Amino acid sequence: MSVTVQKLVRTAPGSDRQLLKSVSLDVPTGHFVALVGPSGAGKTTLLRAIAGLDVCDSGTLLLDGQKVETMQDRARKIGFVFQNYALFPHMTVARNISFGLDVQPRGSRLSRQDRAARVQELLDLMQLPDMGAAYPARLSGGQRQRVALARALASGPGVLLLDEPFGALDPIVRRTIRSWLRSLHDRLGLTTILVTHDQEEALEVADRIVVMQQGLIVQDAAPDILDQSPETAFVMEFMGEAITFRGTLNNGQFVPDEGGVLPFPVAAHLESGPIDAMIRPFEIGIVSAGNAEKMLSPVSVVSHGARNGYRHYLARLTDRTISVSAPDWGNDSINFAEAGVLDISRARLFKNGLRVV
Amino acid sequence: MQRAFSSFVRGGNSALPGYKLSLAATLLWTGFFIILPLIALTLRPWQDGIGAVVNELHDTRMFAALWTSFSSAALAALFNIPLGMLLAWALVRGNLPGSGLANALVDLPLALPTAVSGITLATLYGPQGWLGAPLAKLGIVVAYSKPGIVIALMFVGLPFVVRTVEPVLKNLPRDLEEAAALLGARPWQIITRVVIAPLVPALITGFGLAFARGVGEYGSVIFIAGNQPFHSEIAPLLVVVRLQEFDYSGATAIALILLLTSLLALALVGLARRKFSVWGDGA
Repeated sequence: MSVTVQKLVRTAPGSDRQLLKSVSLDVPTGHFVALVGPSGAGKTTLLRAIAGLDVCDSGTLLLDGQKVETMQDRARKIGFVFQNYALFPHMTVARNISFGLDVQPRGSRLSRQDRAARVQELLDLMQLPDMGAAYPARLSGGQRQRVALARALASGPGVLLLDEPFGALDPIVRRTIRSWLRSLHDRLGLTTILVTHDQEEALEVADRIVVMQQGLIVQDAAPDILDQSPETAFVMEFMGEAITFRGTLNNGQFVPDEGGVLPFPVAAHLESGPIDAMIRPFEIGIVSAGNAEKMLSPVSVVSHGARNGYRHYLARLTDRTISVSAPDWGNDSINFAEAGVLDISRARLFKNGLRVV
Repeated sequence: MQRAFSSFVRGGNSALPGYKLSLAATLLWTGFFIILPLIALTLRPWQDGIGAVVNELHDTRMFAALWTSFSSAALAALFNIPLGMLLAWALVRGNLPGSGLANALVDLPLALPTAVSGITLATLYGPQGWLGAPLAKLGIVVAYSKPGIVIALMFVGLPFVVRTVEPVLKNLPRDLEEAAALLGARPWQIITRVVIAPLVPALITGFGLAFARGVGEYGSVIFIAGNQPFHSEIAPLLVVVRLQEFDYSGATAIALILLLTSLLALALVGLARRKFSVWGDGA
């Protein structure tokens, strides 16, 4: 089931601050989209608007091209998983899962046996076959998560909305449950929208990442495109550790404010003025301070161990220490000079948070 | 058993200082103020021989009074359940102006001298009262009859229901209601299955407290009840009547029966609450 959001506007109740500023989003059937962004960006607001939990000022929502307005239009088409699961504490796991089936009007309700069979089917799918009679209070976080998922999926919705569903789980459970979620999504042919602020999570499960900032979608692309060409400083930082060098653009040359960093040429036709260069730790090169660079006051570089196939170094600039890394190829690894100047010519340039080069 | 007891007295592995002192203080306090009077109450009826108690057990007036007390208290507590739940709901969820004042007013029946509430209710519902007069025209008699007792007991019992339901309702996450709505539940289904159902243990506790208070209530009832033997006489009043007749063993015999029946009723309430709150036992 495809989800199309057109020009959605929502104003915070009791003020005129806009939480969503004309957001449009198109998620074709079968896609897995991650909504990411800093807190307060409007990710959860957008998700809740799609679910119909909050009233919007204007804008339309289409499911499979059909306009959706009330909660009744959405019922059984959208499954929603809350951040803290929102399981009914006074019902057993089985009753929780079958809730959506039990509340159907008599005419369209499944028979008792069919409902019980559906619950068992979902319990098996969630790898909780014997948990039907337990109450939510007895379950672990990961089990509650799966019960919440089963409940959301019970009436067979085409769209699954997840609001930071793995926030309260420990890292190992998170990793297993999200790859399992991805396979579930593929198996059931769902259209899934996931809100998260964990970059690793978004990259691992989603086909497409939608980045929101201040109530707007700033970039909507596949993870590798997002990684290669981030459009804002936030996206750059979201996709991994990034180091910012302040500087000035002067006649097609980036001149850093700090000592110990090499200037580098920039593609022409850019106005001169202050600009930020952002670079990943593994894109930084260190050049031994030759005669020409003596005046740049070389920085000291200290080894800082090796992790995940990378060797890490600390470079001491005048006012701060930054980390630099290089792939670790055993004995053949690149040996940085103990003092040198930083080569940041692979940096991307941002002006007021927006990408220029 | 013995080891457990000696460890209990010595303070076990408690990290708290002054364990023995506080234990002694607690035992003394409960002993003097609760256990001792209860023992006295249990022993006194038998002092004039078993005859007094047997006599009392043959007294139909006493059984009528007990029935009046217990049935009125149960009815009042029952009526207080929906009323108290609505009030708690309004206090927790309603962002009405003046809810702070309403919050303070809820506790007023607990603080008001019971005689004051009794006289107020009697005047209000009396044949010439603001409410009594129009009701009398409709042929409904409240004051000086059983409905009057129930109204007085509702008045004093309401805070118990409100105050036991309120914290539970406050802790009920609002996204439960949203989740239910998203799963296709209609508004009344959300209210009954997702909001009221988790409140049941609290409602039972509130009922139990209001009921217990109702059985023991004296001051607010006697002014409005009419106090006719066999009809609108409550058991606590009969105790006072017996005392005024210098029939001490009769008075204490009624008191003992009152105590035992109250204990039984509270035990039943406790059982019901346990039955309905199995889901609360977390791992």
